This record gives sequence, C-alpha cells and structure tokens, in this order.
Amino acid sequence: MNSRRAAWWFLAPALLVLGVFFVLPVVAALGLSLTDYDLYALADIRHLRFVALGNYWELLHQSRFWGALWHTLYFVLVGVPLSMAASLGAALLLNSPLARGKAFFRTALFAPVVTTVVAVAVVWRYILNTKYGLANYVLGLLGIHPVDWLGDPHWAMPSIILFAVWKNFGYNMIIFLAGLQAIPADLYEAARIDGASVPQQFRHITLPMLQPTLLMVAILTVSGYFQLFAEPYVMTWGGPLQSTTSVLYLMYNEGFQWWNFGTASAVAFLLFVIMFGVTALMLRAGRRKEAP
Amino acid sequence: MMIWRGALAALVLGLLAACGPHADEPRTLVFWTIGREGEAVMKLLPDFEREHPDIRVKTQQLPLSAAHQKLLTAFAGDSTPDLTQLGNTWLPEFAALSALEPLEARVNASAMVRPDDYFAAIWATNRVDGQLYGVPWYVDTRLLFYRTDLLKAAGFDAPPRDWAEWRRALAALSHPERGIYGILLPTNEFEQLMSLALQQPDPLLRDDNRYGNFQSPGFKRALAFYVDIFRSRQAPPITAMEAGNPWDEFGRGVYAFYFSGPWNIGEFRQRLPASQQDDWSTAPLPGPVGAGVGAAGGSSLVIFRRSANKDAAWALIEYLSRPDVQQRFYDLLGDMPARRSAWDGERLRNDPKVRAFREQLEQVKPTPAVPEWEQIVNEMQLVAAEAVAGRLSVDQAAAEIDRRADRILEKRRWILAHDRGAQGTSP
Repeated sequence: MNSRRAAWWFLAPALLVLGVFFVLPVVAALGLSLTDYDLYALADIRHLRFVALGNYWELLHQSRFWGALWHTLYFVLVGVPLSMAASLGAALLLNSPLARGKAFFRTALFAPVVTTVVAVAVVWRYILNTKYGLANYVLGLLGIHPVDWLGDPHWAMPSIILFAVWKNFGYNMIIFLAGLQAIPADLYEAARIDGASVPQQFRHITLPMLQPTLLMVAILTVSGYFQLFAEPYVMTWGGPLQSTTSVLYLMYNEGFQWWNFGTASAVAFLLFVIMFGVTALMLRAGRRKEAP
Repeated sequence: MMIWRGALAALVLGLLAACGPHADEPRTLVFWTIGREGEAVMKLLPDFEREHPDIRVKTQQLPLSAAHQKLLTAFAGDSTPDLTQLGNTWLPEFAALSALEPLEARVNASAMVRPDDYFAAIWATNRVDGQLYGVPWYVDTRLLFYRTDLLKAAGFDAPPRDWAEWRRALAALSHPERGIYGILLPTNEFEQLMSLALQQPDPLLRDDNRYGNFQSPGFKRALAFYVDIFRSRQAPPITAMEAGNPWDEFGRGVYAFYFSGPWNIGEFRQRLPASQQDDWSTAPLPGPVGAGVGAAGGSSLVIFRRSANKDAAWALIEYLSRPDVQQRFYDLLGDMPARRSAWDGERLRNDPKVRAFREQLEQVKPTPAVPEWEQIVNEMQLVAAEAVAGRLSVDQAAAEIDRRADRILEKRRWILAHDRGAQGTSP
C-alpha cells in the first residue's frame, strides 16, 4: 500500500505538468468547439452561444472542409509511401558494404531535416519558378514544356509533396539505418549460402526483420503528414485556388486569422478523430501481421 | 579650491537628483507601430520628447504579418499599449471589441486636429456607428502605375480615364504569345477587385451591413470586367507569390500597367535604373465613367480604452498630426500625409508621380465598417479567383460570394437583433 502511494508521489510532477499543459487545454478546446466563440464573444461574453455540435455539423456540410480533407489525404496517401521509400532506399544505399564516404552522405542526406522550412522554401520557390526556375530550365533542355509548378492547381500539391519528401526523408532514413544495422549479418550469410539473390534477401530477410521499425515509422509519418501546414503556408499560401489548403491550414485561418475559435477547435477535433482512427487501423493491421 | 568644491557640490546634487524619486518623473508612453513605420517614427520622436519633457515614448515594432494577432492577444490578455497605429480596415474590429477610446471630444477641443483638413472618406473610415475612434495618420489608395513610353508607342498619349479606354489600351499592349501582358493583377490580392467594386453605385453590403450585396448589378459589372481582363489574356492568372519581382518585369515591359499603392513609388525609384525614371508614371484609377474613384486605405492612430496615459497619448497624436511632422514623415518613408495642408509642402507639390494620388484621395470610398469585412473580402477574392480560372460564371461567383458573406455575417445579424431585443425590454 505504502509503495503504491510513493509511486503516485513520483508520478505527481509528470501528471501535474501533463494535466495543466495538455489535458486542461484539450478539455477547454473541446468545450470551445461546442460554442461559437469569436471576436464578439471576446468583446462581451454574453455574445457567446452554446451551439452543441453545430460547428461540427456545419463543417461537415461545407465544401471547404471536405476540400481541405481531400488535399490532406492526397498529401498523406502519396507523400507517406514516397517518403518512406526514399528513406528506405537511402538507408539501404548507406548500409551497403560497397558504400564509400558513409559519414559524409549520412550528414548530407540528413541536412534537409535540420534546415529551416521557411529558408529552404525560398530556395525551392526559385527552383520551381515557372519562368526562371532551375526545374523548368532542366525540363527545357529535355524539350519538355515549362510546368507551372506552384501556380497550376494540378501541380501545386505534387510540388508540395516533392518538397516535403525532400525535407523529411532524412529523419526516417536514420531510423531505418539503425534498424538495418540491427539485423544480424549471419542471416544474410546463410541466405547467400542457400543461393538467395539480393532482391530475395531484401524480400525475405530485410523486410520481415524491419517490420516493427516500418510500422513505427509509418505511424509517425502518417500522423506527421496529416498535420500538413508549414509547407503550403510558406510555399503557396494555401493556393492556387486553395488546392494546397490542408485541414490544419483551415484551422489556422479560422482560429488565428479570423479569431473564430469555436470553429477552429471543431476542425482540430475532427482532424484528431480522423488521425486517431487511421493510426488505430494501422496498429491493428500491423498486429495482425505479427500474430500468425 | 573654491571651484573644485563648487563642482563637487554640483555633482552630488546631480547624483541626488538622478537617484532620488521626484514628482516630475517622465511618464512612459507605450506606442506600437506596424511594419516599416516604426523606424521612421523613431526619428520623429526626439523632437516630441523635447517639447514634452514629462513624456518618454517607448515604441515597439510589430511585423505586419503578426500585428493583427498580437493586437488581439494583447486585448484578450489585458496588455494593450497606450496607443497604436491601426489599419483602417482593422479599426471596426477593435471598435467592436470596445478596445478603443472615443476621440470625438478630444478632436473638438483640439486646435491641431481639424477634421476639415483631412480627406473626407479617409476620415469617415475612423467612424464606427457614429463614434470616432481614430485620427488618420497616413493614407493609401490603389491606382495605376503605367509605362509612359509603352503607351506612347502604342498610340496613347495619356493614361486611360475610363474602363472603355483602359480596355483599348490593355488590348493594344497585350501580347500573351510573347509573355507580354497589359497588366498584373495578382489573383490572391483582393484590393484590385475591391477598388473596382467600390467604383460602383451599389454598396457592397446591404440592410445595415447585415447581408452581402454581391449580386447587385454594380458588383457583377465590376467582377465581369475583372474576370474578362484575364479571359482576354490581358493579365496572367498568377498570384503575387508567382509574380515574384513585379518591379523588374514592369521595367522590362512584361506589364505596361501595375495596379498598386503609394509605397511602390519608392520601390520603382529605387529598383528601376535612372534612365527609366521618365518612362513611368501614375494615373488615377479608371472607372466605369471617369477616373479617380478608389478604395480609402491607410492607417490611423488610436488610443486604447485601458490606457492610463490618455492625455499623453493624445499629445503624441497631435504632434504626429502636425502638417510639418507629416511632411517629415513623408520625406523619411514616403507614407502619404492624411492632411491636405501637409500636401502643400515642396516635395509633395512638385512631384508629378504623386499627383494622381492627390487627385484620387479626394474621391476615395470607404469599405463597409464591420469587423467581418476583411474575412468577407478574402472570401470574395477566393471565389473571384475561381471565376478567373473558369470554374464559375460571373453570376455563380456573385451568388457564392453572397452565400459566404451571409454566413460570416450571421453572428452580426444575431447580435443586432439580440441587442435591439435587450434594449426593447429595458426600461
């Protein structure tokens, strides 16, 4: 009994910090999302109306919410596999016994992760500029017509995905590299003796052994990519024609630009529910794979 | 010996005076500025502090992108400054919050701030529901910058005065197949379409600003004109982000017209080579029938209701409103004075590039004084960009803007009805 009480005392600082800085704000935001808190309510609290699920109901009937959700899903569905493939590919190359200058390449490939998104966005905007950009110059050499990377609503999201993948793949690459180095070398040796080719070794040794790492990276990347905001904020301002406005961007606009915190909180909770559902599904799928 | 003793006594007295608390310790006035104005105003303050030894001014510069949020947060957190610069589209919002001190009585008693010396429409933007909350500091209106040489080469000796002439010039100067356009209208900026809409007789909101009025014939005319410029490929459908460096492109003749505001006079003077300085000028905005009607923009000086130094803050407003100080401010920064008498100074009177602004400022029109206006006009531009892209017709776009405006104004309608109900029941 006494040791149990002692345990609570040890937990108390962490619980206090979590309670004050996490649980309390989340509960407050949930409460806020049931009201129409806005500028008028800030001026005079009598102008605050309790709307129950009205904010949610209205959002689900607005094309701008579904548009933002679709843009976010597009970003996640294309961006996550691409990002993971890039990370895994780079990790495999770095882990190869043939690789030279490993330390240099590891640093170089990781560098985009530690750069400031605002600063590199400026460089990328130059690269992707329709008239003067490097990307279109290179395409021009190949005889391909210039692409309006950030100005065409069909190309803007692919450009954002490209930028985000380049910016983020280094982080997962390091995690994959650690996972690859943890695979015992004798497994590969045994496979080679049995005459397994390199693709077979990858398919039957590397992938299964990396399974837990892959699942963790996938979940972290999905939840990170669902929170798409900084990239469109600095590259396209959510445009053109709102084709890069994500759910979080919508929330930012509602809350911090127009001070409609009721609606903004509702957007945040909708995004939370969606992300919670997706991660739960991924975890269950991962567990089912492990089970047999 | 005597001299030394005297000096020592003076030093001791001086130290005592410096250390000890005394009655006329200068009061500190906190003044927030937004954007570039901060640095320029610092050069004007020493003279003010010399005239008012009992006041020390502490300025804080807010970047434009963060200013709105910072001001609202300060209001919510009860930490507003004594006075601030405030864009006149933000003024209704802070007036609705009852954050601002009404200034009518102070203006009436002032020998310095004389309303009739200010541009009437700019003054009107400082009035919300009949109450005055700000004193205009500098003014802004969007009009046409144009390449005199290109227009002349195409056979136009004078800039266009009405829409028909403007369209003729645009048609003659656009060669989209060579990447040359008549005008740059960034599709993410609402100011251009809003200026065209303000030229119309129909108000932009109706029923005491309770509903959008974007399906009026006037707004549809403005929207159709705006959209048609893009459809005829006389303007590229790009955002300011893609336009990148419009000054260089204007200099290279990619655009013959550029629809923008006063700060670009300085930009063009700085960025274009000396040999090109005679090849550009400004012209009042062409309207459906005549030139010179545009949007009344600019910044005002306001005092916060919670300030403890309102008299000192008003003294600073009076100082910054003096015609000679306004002229110095223009010399430092190029911000255009809000007072007519300040325009009589040498530099403004003799500068041909500011003449168009002077003309237009007499005819500018204020935007609706509701806190929601900026959000509404942002939605207007998002829908207009859809129309430019050909996804919506002009009628569909007008209906969609109205729908969005009505949704945004729902709370305002409820409050107006609610407050009237409350007044009705009170004795």
